[in-house]
Amino acid sequence: MNSSETVTDKLIINENWCKGCGICVKFCPKKVLTLENEKVKIVDIDKCIQCGQCELRCPDYAIYLRGK
Amino acid sequence: MPSAVVDKFFRTNKLPQIWCPGCGHGIITRAITVAVEKLGFDRDKICVVSGIGCSSRATGYLDFDTLHTTHGRALPFATGVKLANPDMKVIVITGDGDCTAIGGNHLIHACRRNIGITTIVFNNNIYGMTGGQYSPTTPKFDKGTTAPYGNIDKAFDISNLAASAGATYVGRSTAYHTNLLISLIENGLKNDGFSLIEAISSCPTYYGRKNKKGDAVNMLEWQKDHAVNISAASKMTPESLEGKFLIGEFKNSPEPEYTSEYQKIIDRFNKE
Repeated sequence: MNSSETVTDKLIINENWCKGCGICVKFCPKKVLTLENEKVKIVDIDKCIQCGQCELRCPDYAIYLRGK
Repeated sequence: MPSAVVDKFFRTNKLPQIWCPGCGHGIITRAITVAVEKLGFDRDKICVVSGIGCSSRATGYLDFDTLHTTHGRALPFATGVKLANPDMKVIVITGDGDCTAIGGNHLIHACRRNIGITTIVFNNNIYGMTGGQYSPTTPKFDKGTTAPYGNIDKAFDISNLAASAGATYVGRSTAYHTNLLISLIENGLKNDGFSLIEAISSCPTYYGRKNKKGDAVNMLEWQKDHAVNISAASKMTPESLEGKFLIGEFKNSPEPEYTSEYQKIIDRFNKE
């Protein structure tokens, strides 16, 4: 399972659990995320302000803040 | 390794859950665990009971003492749990069909008794699991697989139904308004009597597709655009409230709780 985890300083993504609904992509206020092959991907982690909107509304618990 | 709250309160070996991509139920289920975490309740003193339906799958994923019961009968099972264990916090997870159609009578009587149960209704306006039949909360003229020309029944307003029937804490929020939802669940759990939190969910697969509401993202945006907080609504004109629905705390009026009243009778006879 760990092989499908994307770990950054600010966000962690578990691609195994992501169903590609796009909710986190849409409600991210800094446009940090995108969908690629129906999975969430980080476009620009430097823009992430760790507001937690993605984690709050991810129905699949596939994206969350690191260190919070 | 999932997030701390998911790791603590979910049976992570059962994840990913079975719900469709973008289903609001996953958001609401997590919101319940965040509320429990904020309150710092002892997990061993919480029992989560569900009925049948998409929403009721939640008990399979939550790592508490859980009961997945029969259709519409989550509240009777929960009543038994509460009467046998009055110190336990009992949470019922149910859907609009399970709670207000199959279990409708149980709902109004649980409200009337003011028994210490916090009921969270995942309202997605449709029977999702069985294939998109219209439910008691499908809006009038909206479609379901059993209402291909539009549903001609009026929809139940679950929050006002519960408040009228005697629930002592009632609130409504949406999957989009997650932080409000978490705070309503917290307040509901703090109330000793019967609390009902109506969580407006979204079903992109059936209700959304049948009624051309778009995808999961569009449905959350609809919630964002059409929900008005009850405190703001009092200052708005009827015209500006046209087509909107209210969210927020609808009722907070504590009254003596059922199992404590029951105990008083037991104590009276024990003295004699």
